[in-house]
Amino acid sequence: MARKPETDAVSGVATTGHEWDGIRELDNPMPSWWLYTFYACIAFALVWVLFYPSLPFVRGLLGNTARGDLAAVMAAEQAKAAPMLARLRTATPEAIAAEPGLRAFALAGGRIAFANSCAGCHGAGGQGAPGGFPSLADDDWIYGGSLEEIRTTIRHGVRNGEAAEARGTAMPAFLQAGLTMGQIGELADHVLSLPGTGPANAAGAALFAENCAACHGDRGEGNRQVGAPRLDDRIWLYGGDKASVMRSIAYSRAGVMPAWESRLDAAMINMLTVYVHALGGGER
Amino acid sequence: MKRFTHALIEKNLILLGVLTLLTVAIGGLVQIVPLFLVETTIERVQGIRPYTPLELMGRNIYVREGCYLCHSQMVRPFRDEAERYGHYSLAAESMYDHPFQWGSKRTGPDLARVGGRYSDDWHAAHLRSPRELVPASVMPPYAFLDRPLDAEAIRAHLRAQRGVGVPYSDEMIAEAPRDLAAQATPEADATGFSRRYPNARQAAFDADPKVVTEMDALVAYLQMLGTLVRFSDVTPDQLRQP
Repeated sequence: MARKPETDAVSGVATTGHEWDGIRELDNPMPSWWLYTFYACIAFALVWVLFYPSLPFVRGLLGNTARGDLAAVMAAEQAKAAPMLARLRTATPEAIAAEPGLRAFALAGGRIAFANSCAGCHGAGGQGAPGGFPSLADDDWIYGGSLEEIRTTIRHGVRNGEAAEARGTAMPAFLQAGLTMGQIGELADHVLSLPGTGPANAAGAALFAENCAACHGDRGEGNRQVGAPRLDDRIWLYGGDKASVMRSIAYSRAGVMPAWESRLDAAMINMLTVYVHALGGGER
Repeated sequence: MKRFTHALIEKNLILLGVLTLLTVAIGGLVQIVPLFLVETTIERVQGIRPYTPLELMGRNIYVREGCYLCHSQMVRPFRDEAERYGHYSLAAESMYDHPFQWGSKRTGPDLARVGGRYSDDWHAAHLRSPRELVPASVMPPYAFLDRPLDAEAIRAHLRAQRGVGVPYSDEMIAEAPRDLAAQATPEADATGFSRRYPNARQAAFDADPKVVTEMDALVAYLQMLGTLVRFSDVTPDQLRQP
C-alpha cells in the first residue's frame, strides 16, 4: 500500500512510501559506479552514431561500411598471395606438381577448397559415397586420372547442363529402350560375372555384346572417352548386388557434377587438380 | 529552484503521460521509419524473379520442417564467409521472401548459395539419409519427403504472396498447377513456364518424373537458392546502397 514517503528511523534514508506487511522500501540513490557507467554508455552511443553508419542515408564520419571493409580485407589478402596465385593461375598442373614450392602451396590450398567444394559428394578424404559418388582416392577413374584430365573434369563438370564441354554421355534406360525385366536380369548376371563375382550367363553375354559393349567394352573394360565406367572390377558406383545392377540397367543412373570454372578462380582449380591427383590414384 | 528528481515525474500524471508518449514515439519511429526506406536498400541487380510454384511449395516445406533453425540463408560480408560461401547476400535476393529465411543459427552450413553446388541426386540422397554422404552430420533424415506433394492450394499460396507484394500476375496464378507439374517433369512442354519464370530449371528433382513429391519441391527450392544473380555481370554501382 502506498503511504506518504517518510524517512526511515533506523537508517535515516527516505522510503518510497510503499509498504507490504509492515516492510517498507528504502529509496537509496543508484550506486554511483552504476550511474556513471550508464552515462558513459550513452556518451559512447552518441560518439558511435557520429562515426559509424547508424542512421538512414548517413555514412558516419569514418565513412566505412561492412561491405567496404570486406573489399579492403579481401584485396589485402589477395595482394599477400598474389605472386603465388599468379604463378598458379598460369602454370600447368604438371609444372605445379613438379616444383616443390608450388606443389606444397597447391596441396595446402587444394585441401581447403576440396573440403569446401568437393567433400560433400566425394567424402572428406575423397573416398566417395554409395549412390553414385565416385571415389577419387583410387585408380578407378571414369574420365581419366591424369592431371590434365582431372582438371578438365573439375572445370566443366559432368552432365550439369550448364557447361557446353561438360563430361558424360547419357546411358539409355534399357527398360524403356526395349529390354524386358527378364532380359535385364540376365544382363545383370553377365555384368556380375565380368569381375568374377558371379557365374557366366550366355544369354546375358549376347545382350551385353549387342547393347553395352559399344561403350563399356567387350569385356567391360570401360571407356573413358564417353565416361562409361569399368565393369570388370569390383568397384560399383550404385552397389554390386544383382538388384542394384538391374536398377542401373533398367532406369539408367548417372552422376552430375557442377562446372567449377564458373565458381572458382583458375588458380584454385589448378590447386584442386594437384590435390585430387595426390589423393592416391593420380595417373601420369 | 527545486532540484529535479525522478519523483517529480512520477507524481505528476500529465508530465508522466507526455514523457512516456515521447519515449514510445521515438522507439516506434526507430522501428517504423526503416520500413518506409526499405526499398532504397534493395540493390538494382538483374535476374531476381518470384519463386516458381514448385519452388514456393519447396520453400513452404523448408519453413514447415524448421530448416531455418539449423541453417541460415545469409552470407555476411566477412572474409571467411566470402571464401567459403561466395558473394555476400544482397537485400535484392530476399525481396520476394515472405517471411525471409535468414536465420540466426548455423548448426549446419549456410544455404544462401547452395543452389547448383550439388547434384539433384545428392540432395535427394542426402535428405533421405544425411550420414550416408556426410558421416559427421547431425542432420535428421527426411526420407518421408518421398510422398506426393499436396499442391491443391497452390493458387491460394501465390495469391497470398501477391497480397504481401510479390508480383505474381493473374496468368501466373491461373497457370500455377500446370507450371508446378511442368517443372518437375522434364518431358513436359515448358514454353509458357520458361517465359513466366526465366532461368527456372526443369528436372525430375528426385529422379522419379512420374509423381510430384515433396522431395521434388524441396530440392527444386534448394537448387535455385542464390543462383538468380549472376555476380560476374554485376557492377559495383549496382550494389551500392544509399
